[in-house]
Order: sequence, then C-alpha cells, then structure tokens
Amino acid sequence: MTNPPGSPFPSRIAGAFAKARSQGRKALVLYLTGCDPDFETSRRLLLAAARAGADVLELGVPWSDPSADGPAIQAAMRRALAAGGGMGTALDLCRAVRADNADVAVVLFGYANPIFVRGAAKFAAQAKQAGADGALCVDWPADEDPELAQALSQQGLDLVPLIAPTSTPERVKAIAAVAGGFLYYVSLTGITGSQLPNLDETSARVRQVRELSGGRLPVAVGFGIATPADARAVAGFADGVVVGSAAVRVIERAVAAGRDPVPELEAFVGELRAALG
Amino acid sequence: MPALEELTAAWERFSRDPTFRAELDRLLRDYVGRPTPLTEAARLADHLARAEGRRLRVFLKREDLCHTGSHKLNNCVGQILLAQRLGKKRIIAETGAGQHGVATATVAALFGIPCEIYMGSVDVERQSLNVFRMQLLGAKVHAVKDGTATLKDAMNEAMRDWVTNVGTTHYVLGTVAGPHPYPTMVGELQSVIGREARAQIQSATGRLADACLACVGGGSNAMGLFRGFLDDPGVQLFGVEAAGEGLDTTHHAATLGKGRPGVLHGARSYVLCDDDGQISEAHSISAGLDYPGVGPEHSYLRDSGRAKYLAATDREALAACRLLARCEGIIPALESAHAVAGLPRVAEQLPDGASVIINISGRGDKDMGTIAKYFGAEVSS
Ligand SMILES: Cc1ncc(COP(=O)(O)O)c(C=O)c1O
Repeated sequence: MTNPPGSPFPSRIAGAFAKARSQGRKALVLYLTGCDPDFETSRRLLLAAARAGADVLELGVPWSDPSADGPAIQAAMRRALAAGGGMGTALDLCRAVRADNADVAVVLFGYANPIFVRGAAKFAAQAKQAGADGALCVDWPADEDPELAQALSQQGLDLVPLIAPTSTPERVKAIAAVAGGFLYYVSLTGITGSQLPNLDETSARVRQVRELSGGRLPVAVGFGIATPADARAVAGFADGVVVGSAAVRVIERAVAAGRDPVPELEAFVGELRAALG
Repeated sequence: MPALEELTAAWERFSRDPTFRAELDRLLRDYVGRPTPLTEAARLADHLARAEGRRLRVFLKREDLCHTGSHKLNNCVGQILLAQRLGKKRIIAETGAGQHGVATATVAALFGIPCEIYMGSVDVERQSLNVFRMQLLGAKVHAVKDGTATLKDAMNEAMRDWVTNVGTTHYVLGTVAGPHPYPTMVGELQSVIGREARAQIQSATGRLADACLACVGGGSNAMGLFRGFLDDPGVQLFGVEAAGEGLDTTHHAATLGKGRPGVLHGARSYVLCDDDGQISEAHSISAGLDYPGVGPEHSYLRDSGRAKYLAATDREALAACRLLARCEGIIPALESAHAVAGLPRVAEQLPDGASVIINISGRGDKDMGTIAKYFGAEVSS
C-alpha cells in the first residue's frame, strides 16, 4: 500500500493532485459517509465514485454527534449508524475499497472520539493497515495537539487539516506545518451543506492560504459546492474541489425512491469531473 | 476556533474589569435575588439521625430561590453582559430540563436581544411547561430531533448555529462543559454559590462545612459550590450523578462513575460511549442530568481524588424529593433531589456532629408532571 521506493510523490494523495495537474485539470475530492445506506452499497458507491473520476475519496466515519455537519450529512450518519456503521466498519470499508482499487486516494474523515478511545497510534496503524492514505479529524486541533499528526506521520499517512475563513494567519501557518496531502479550505463559516459563499473572497483567501503555507501543499475548497457549475467556478482558483452534501443527497434521493443509488452517483460524479476540465 | 478565541479574550478582559463586575454584582443582587439563603434543615437531619443513626447538621444552599427557579440564571446574567460588550445581536442556547433555556430567554428579554433555544424533542415533551415559559418570554424554541433528541443533540444544534452565525450571535452555553473558555467562564460565574455558602456556613456554625454535596449533570451547580472550598482540604466534596434505572443497566447518566476519557463538544473529559467511540444515550428521570459528558474540571477533581462522585437512581431521587418536601416544605428539582439522595452515603463517611451543605440547584415546579406520573396515586398518600 505504501508508495513505491523512488516514487516522485510523497503520498497517494499528493500523487492524485499531481496527476490532475499533469492532465491540466483540478482534482475532484468526493465525500461520502461510510456505510450509507449500508456497508455493501457504500462499498459499491465509493468504487463507482472513483471509477467516475473522483481523485480523492473522503470516507466519512459515522459518528453519533456530528456537530459540524448540516442536515444532509447528519441524515447520512443516522442511516449509516442504523446499518451498523462506525469507525470499525469504516476501516473495513476502506480495506474493501482498497482491495478493488489500488489507485484512488482515501482519507478517513471523522470526529475525534472514535480516534481518541482507540488511541491515536493504534488508529493510525489500523488506518494504514486498511489502506487509507490520510485522515481528517474535525474536532482535533492539529496545531494545539500534535499527537494525531505524529501518529499518522509515523505510519506514513497524511493529516489533512481544515482551514476556515476565520482562521488567523498564525493558525494557518501552524496548521500547515503539521499537515500533509492537501489543505482543505472550508469556504464558509458554518456547517456542511450550506450555500456557496462569495467566490471573490474565497479566491483571495485561497491565495493567502497558499502563501502562508509556502505553497507546499495543494489547496482544495469545499462546503457548499453542489453543482458542476459551482465546481467549475471554484476550480478557477483552487487546486481541488470537494463535494460532499450534494453527493450524499443524490444517494438519499435514490434510496428514498427505492432505487439503487450507484448509477445516479456515478453519473453525478462524472458530471462534476467533466466540469473540472 | 476564532469565535472561541474571541470569547476567551473577552472573558479574560471583562471578568477583571471593575465596571463589568459592578454591573454583574448589581444584577445578581437586584434581579437574580442574591445572596440566596443557607437554610438549616433540622427535620431532614432528624430523619437522617433516625434512619441512619448519624447526627449531622444539614444546610441547604437555596438556589431554588433564584429568579427563574434555578442556579442557571447566575451564568446567564454574566454571559448576557459579555454578549452585550461584544456587540452581539442574537442569543442562542441549548437546554435540557428547560431551566437554562428559561434563564437565557429571561436575560435576553431583560436586555432586549432576540433569543433562540435548542431543545431535544424528547425534552420538549417532558418539560413542556418550560417550553411555554420560554415562548412567553419571547424566545423561539427549536425542537431538535437528531440523535437521541436530548441535551447533547440540542448542544450539537446550538454549535451548528453558532459556527454559522458567529459574527452576530453569542452562544450562552449552560454548564461547565463544552469547549474552552466555557468550562472556566461558567465555573467562575457560578462560583458565587460557593463564595456565599462559605461565608454563610461560617457565620452559622463558626467554621467551614465538613462536606459539600451537589448533583452533577454537566456540572455547573456542583462546580459553583465546590469552588468555594477547593483549597480547604478539610471540606470533602461529593458530586451525585444520575444512576437512572441503575448503574448495572445501560440506562443511566453516570459519566464519571461509568464513563471513560473521550472527546465531546470540544472538551476532553469523561464520556459515556461504546468501544467504537459512539456516544451513548444517557438516561435519567431528570432531563437536566441526562448528559453523556461532564465538565472537564470534574474529571480532573475525580482523577485527583479531590472530589468523590456517587450516583443516585431515579427511584432514590424521587424518594428524596418527597422526603425534602415533607421534612422541610421545600420541593427540589429532580436534579437537586439526586444531591439529597446522596446524603445518607455521605453521612456514613462523616463523624457525628459534622455539617454538610447540599446545593438545592433548583425548585421542583417544572417536574410536577413527571413526579405525578411516577408516584401516581401514591403522591396523595
Ligand atoms: C435545577 C437543575 N439542577 C442541575 C442541573 C444540571 O446542570 P449542572 O450539572 O450544570 O448544574 C440542571 C440542568 O438543567 C437544573 O435545571
């Protein structure tokens, strides 16, 4: 699962961004809640998303108290938990996806408590063993508490941090210093699934984040990107575009109507990818 | 989070500002009704002597006599002053029993600031009287259906609102849990309970108490009392958590007794969760204790041994509620009844003649529906 010796890329995530760049386009990062609506469908959804052109998969770890998520992902978490989802199954899911796809980069995206109760070191070892490439933890301040970043780094995994519009320059620097893979710039203050904010401001902030981090890592922008047109607009200035709630809603709609969500998600991801050039 | 940084800086500045302190003291006196009395409970002590063979002096710290009926207002008057200083145009809060929601709606009305309250839909149901009170005070109450639809989910929803509207909105968190600076700030605002109790017990008995006893949900009324005595090793501190249907069942809220270190609502503290890290549903007859987390300072006091934590079941709390009503003519909130229920076990550890302060964090009016349901016809007997 590790990078081949002599690989030009420090990680599979960096490789995904580099590949997109070499193809003259921006990277597509897709968030799905693991085990939504169940383990097997979720496995097929993740693989379909990769097939349709997602460069990086953010595999959302179901948690009981997703206080940073809006209604769409909250509902996905409820479906996933009802289907037995959690950190344990998210790791199994990651392993299952990796068994069928050796290329797509996978970031485990979740909250602190499931990592904390395992211990950061054990979590990092399990993530590595499951074939993940990195982790993003919403409520673990990477700069204030380096334990998670260190544990991941020991396994050769990236810690992907969230950067908010309200993050001060000092914090951006401190966060970027322990980060790997890419920087996830949250385009608004708020929860997932809200509306896309003013893009001129976002564009200026992305430029600033790039400068503050010394251009060491690509910057992907997310929160509020719902349509291929949104994705195209954001791709004008970001290195990558993150789509989450909108993809989760595609699944929700299909499941509610009793349809297999896989073809619809695959089509949606295909449109997003096409919009990125 | 920058909102938390802003709040931390503001609290550090204003909590030392003499004008702010004077305004806070004036509100505590003229509006909240402080100081609250320390009432000696002689008939309760007699009962204890007969039942347990232990002769103690028992004192009740009467937070039930605060305006709005609980200690929650002490925190709210401080936070609304802070919100005003920060120029916030909107106030939000979470509530479990509804007491903190009522207290927040009250200060919002007093200051003329629009107020929205998040409350789990289960709690909306079982504390409907408080929902009406909040609405009468002009607050908008949102019933939160996500998750277990109780206090923790109301907190999740309040956090979502706050991060979305942080520029205009102050979040009046109601207990010593949540992210920094809330545990410190709420603890300091509630410490008026302990400061008063310390002076009052000294003038009543000529010395400090031997033990302090308070119920623990998030832990604010307990922390408020404990803070008056933290540096007095002769004063034993006891917190009483909700044992719900029993500690050997999964239906309890004994976070310190049965939980493990974890992360919830931005705080590292004990939590109730499973091996995967999923937060468990807490259970208690009292909505205000129904929280699977606890303030980080209590976790520290537990681990250091400075405070001890017991748990009382629903049944024990109901019995203690009736006991206090009949011995002293004081109907405590079901939350506070847990503290009263802990008294016999604390008495066992104290010598004859020892004095104990029990924090009566609130009055029981809000719980009449619940109590009537449990006692049924028995209540009239
Ligand atoms: C009367 C009363 N006591 C106690 C509590 C528990 O909160 P805390 O542990 O923060 O004092 C509540 C909470 O709603 C309450 O209403």
